[in-house]
Amino acid sequence: MLRVEHLRKVYQEGTKRAFEAVADLTFTVQERELVCIVGPSGAGKTTLLKMIAGLLPPTAGAVYLDDEKVTGPPEKMALVFQDYSRSLYPWMTVDQNVAFPLKHRKLGKGETTELIRDTLQSVGLAGAGKKYPWQLSGGMQQRVAIARALAYQPEILLMDEPFASVDAQTRADLEDLVLQLRARYGVTVVFVTHDIDESVYLSDRVVVLTPSPTRVQEIVDVPLPRPRDQVETKELPEFAHLRAYVWRSIKRPETAEVHA
Amino acid sequence: MSEPSRPTRVLGVGLEIAVPVAVLAVWALVSANSTSFYFPPLLDIFGAFADTWLFERVGTDVLPSLGRLFSGYVIAVIAAVVIGVALGSSRTLGRMVDPVVQFLRAIPAPVLIPAGILILGVGSEMKVALIAFVCLFPVLLNTIDGVAGVDPALRETARSFQIPWRERLFRVVLPSAAPQIFAGARVSLSLAVIMMVVSEMVASTNGIGYFVLQSQRTYAITEMWAGIFLLAILGYVLNALFLLVERRALRWHRGARAGAG
Repeated sequence: MLRVEHLRKVYQEGTKRAFEAVADLTFTVQERELVCIVGPSGAGKTTLLKMIAGLLPPTAGAVYLDDEKVTGPPEKMALVFQDYSRSLYPWMTVDQNVAFPLKHRKLGKGETTELIRDTLQSVGLAGAGKKYPWQLSGGMQQRVAIARALAYQPEILLMDEPFASVDAQTRADLEDLVLQLRARYGVTVVFVTHDIDESVYLSDRVVVLTPSPTRVQEIVDVPLPRPRDQVETKELPEFAHLRAYVWRSIKRPETAEVHA
Repeated sequence: MSEPSRPTRVLGVGLEIAVPVAVLAVWALVSANSTSFYFPPLLDIFGAFADTWLFERVGTDVLPSLGRLFSGYVIAVIAAVVIGVALGSSRTLGRMVDPVVQFLRAIPAPVLIPAGILILGVGSEMKVALIAFVCLFPVLLNTIDGVAGVDPALRETARSFQIPWRERLFRVVLPSAAPQIFAGARVSLSLAVIMMVVSEMVASTNGIGYFVLQSQRTYAITEMWAGIFLLAILGYVLNALFLLVERRALRWHRGARAGAG
């Protein structure tokens, strides 16, 4: 379980240029839950994610993972960045990229090889291990980044607008891939996005953020049936309703009501 | 960027060989009947080249020169990368040391030869030290730049996966800075040849630079030209070897750039 308690981040605190990015954030993510964090652009989403990941110390408040306070990158957590072209290492092959975080895990050689093959297969990239990332399309590169995160065997997967720079069809495929992989690996997912459709389609719950300085606007339950389907789910009246609801919540923060 | 077609490529390679051959042929023809003391016929120079360098003076002059060249160069590259990683990793340290680096870099290295002779004598140590000094700065500055410029996303990825610092250094930071380090090392290589020759001209009893100056002083003008020819060939071959190594080491970089472009 992930608990975010009264998290606050002020950049360059105590100077004239002090900037309060995150004012006060509290929410929890249950085990095996998929929670999307949406907010207008510039809402401090990436700041929040970096604090959860232990890459950025908060000004106040704390993040707890399984009741342990996060002070640095936790071992149970893996990250998928938005910019796959900058998070994969271009001098390593796909296999080497996936293997890189596993080196200091006490795994046998056979076990590691097996794990790499298995995760690459599960993201639909069986046989691409000897290629370099730059020989693959954008969508495939992001699949490699997802495979690398999964091979790390995290309990919780943080994804920072991972599909913001791929085309619409690839994006739909990757969304379904995330849902499949969550079902298969039973991993908790925190997914940051600015795409409202995406957030409703994927989530168990959606955390809506206000513009900066960021607070939690509201938390919306998404009781849509699973497994979800790009066509059928999005055709449901409940989907349209929730989508409109989240949309209004983001656009007009002051008038939205708390959704039960 | 598309690969040129096969006929174009064959033509390109053909011209690469044909043009220098043509230049030499014209030179040989024009100079064939030269009676000028300063510009002897090219074929005489070739004759002197064969007599001198194949292989009579290889052991006495060429090998000592190459030995100094490589010792100084290797020392400089290793030191520059080690220091550069340290200075590039810490902004504070980098800023503190920067004025000193800029000051030392501004010294024209040949002017250090008198001091070098005083402190280290006229032997190889002085020459190696001066070559190393000259070669240090291009690699050092490029390493600092390359290390400081590693994409924060790459660093954060490594941090989030709890990669230990040694692995981060050797598999993230250094590969990422490698294109710049190589660019600096290539500049240093040509500086190393220059410094080798200069140091051998000022105080030496052997070496290619010594031979060229000595030939001139004894009016062996043909031999002098032969020595200059050897230096040109040496520089050309060293650069070609360097490019070969660089191509292999940075294959990913060319691929990634072509992929992004």
